[in-house]
Amino acid sequence: MRLNALRILLFLVIVVSWELMSGPVIAEFFISRPSVIVRILSDWITNGSIFFHAGITAGEAFSGFLLGGFAGMTAGIVLGRARLLADVVDPFIMAFYSLPKIALAPLFILWFGIGMDMKIVLTGTVVFFLVFLNTYTGVRSVSRELVAILSLMGAKERHLLAKVVIPSAVTWVFAGLRISVPYALIGAIVGELIASNRGLGFVLADAAGQFDTGGVFAALIAIMLLAFLLNTAVKYTERKVMPWKSADETREVTI
Amino acid sequence: MGSAVVEFEDIGKVFDAGRRAVRAVEHVDFRVYDGEFVTIVGPSGCGKSTLLNMAAGLLQPTEGTVRYRGAPVTGYNLVTGYMTQNDHLLPWRDVVGNIAVPLEIKRLPRARIRERVQALIDLVGLTGFERSYPAQLSGGMRKRTALARLLAYDPETFLMDEPFAALDAQLRVNMQIEVRRLCRRLNKTVLFVTHDLDEAVALGDRCVVFSPRPGTIRKIIDIPLAPARDLLRLRHDPAYVALTAELWDMIAPSFAATGGEPG
Ligand SMILES: Nc1ncnc2c1ncn2[C@@H]1O[C@H](COP(=O)(O)OP(=O)(O)OP(=O)(O)O)[C@@H](O)[C@H]1O
Ligand SMILES: [Mg+2]
Repeated sequence: MRLNALRILLFLVIVVSWELMSGPVIAEFFISRPSVIVRILSDWITNGSIFFHAGITAGEAFSGFLLGGFAGMTAGIVLGRARLLADVVDPFIMAFYSLPKIALAPLFILWFGIGMDMKIVLTGTVVFFLVFLNTYTGVRSVSRELVAILSLMGAKERHLLAKVVIPSAVTWVFAGLRISVPYALIGAIVGELIASNRGLGFVLADAAGQFDTGGVFAALIAIMLLAFLLNTAVKYTERKVMPWKSADETREVTI
Repeated sequence: MGSAVVEFEDIGKVFDAGRRAVRAVEHVDFRVYDGEFVTIVGPSGCGKSTLLNMAAGLLQPTEGTVRYRGAPVTGYNLVTGYMTQNDHLLPWRDVVGNIAVPLEIKRLPRARIRERVQALIDLVGLTGFERSYPAQLSGGMRKRTALARLLAYDPETFLMDEPFAALDAQLRVNMQIEVRRLCRRLNKTVLFVTHDLDEAVALGDRCVVFSPRPGTIRKIIDIPLAPARDLLRLRHDPAYVALTAELWDMIAPSFAATGGEPG
């Protein structure tokens, strides 16, 4: 609890010095001030607009996350189990992987327009590669002894997948999903910055367009909260899906 | 004596471990017959696990042929059940889940699986730990889970690699009695690796003694004890005492030769 007290103290120091510096030290135009940001946020909350825009962004990020995560996991498992196929497609995948996915945004606008679809696909593409590469590594590192033991019991490929490959790769899948969270938001927000009339990215661009620094900071804080929510959701699912993991974490270490 | 089940025909195996080639076994030639309980003893690293791997079809010999009921073993030998030296349990499944694996593969109905798993858990004395994950079990408990899993899938031939090495004396005797009784009743063929000479005599119908690496057969001892022997009273059986003494004398000189390196 001392830790939390220290954290709150640090937070207060930052907020108070920000409030005091704004004006006398740095022009308020550049850094706004916490009291203004809080007022803007509470305005947005009372008129409900923040929930509308956050809902749009969260919807895009979440759908893209699911789409990309699911596709990445499937591709990772298939290629992880099919050696020849993996070797054949390896250079293509690497070529696409090195491409900054954001550079695909203009192409996706041409294909899907400027609606939510385009942001979902952009987010999905970003998440896909992260989850795919992790899953692939996970499937490749499956214990060959376990595979042998189960094969000896007469297990077919589908048994091996369900009982050995997927459970052991799932740790890696979630590692991929966890690092994907900020990237999923990048996909959604950048998509909105480029072309949109709704979503937190739009709010951000709109406030900046009106030289409303307080609005920009308020939008950034809303984005941070959204990221926090997504992170928590992933962690929660991880615990639900891998009960043996939490059993492992809470057990006392013996060697 | 019935027909040969597992046949090792002049087996040799060289492992290509990086730059260095390791010869694990050479000229190993013996047969295991239907319903027979064969124990294998020999110094550490002499290739006992290697032989079991070959019988299971996980490993191919570099010389000779391993046959199972006459046919060469070339891939997974699905009628054998292997309890490996390391337990190799699924870390993401609890005790119940691990024992259920072979039954799920055989597509038994859920109710039957639950019933059978519970019976096996009681048999190996893991009652109360049904929902524990392998990481939460002691070494001996993991071994017992692996044993229960092996018994669950009821193969024709058991390959057991030091299955009781991590158990206390009392539990070990119970397990020995249980396994011996089960194998006799169901007429299983067993290949059983152990470092415990008493165990090798107490359980076996025959005992194969190996030399240090590269492993060759030093001797195959017949164990003329009654098939339905009372393991608890064996210590008072002069035939048993003489046999363990004979085995001990045979192993002891090789201890001296390796400078007392534990076998
Ligand atoms: N997969 C492998 N790759 C390379 N070398 C191996 C492999 N498995 C076993 N060996 C070598 O083969 C020899 C025999 O090993 P094996 O595991 O059969 O011994 P063991 O008789 O079972 O010994 P222990 O009683 O200690 O279990 C050892 O020298 C070992 O180093
Ligand atoms: Mg061994």
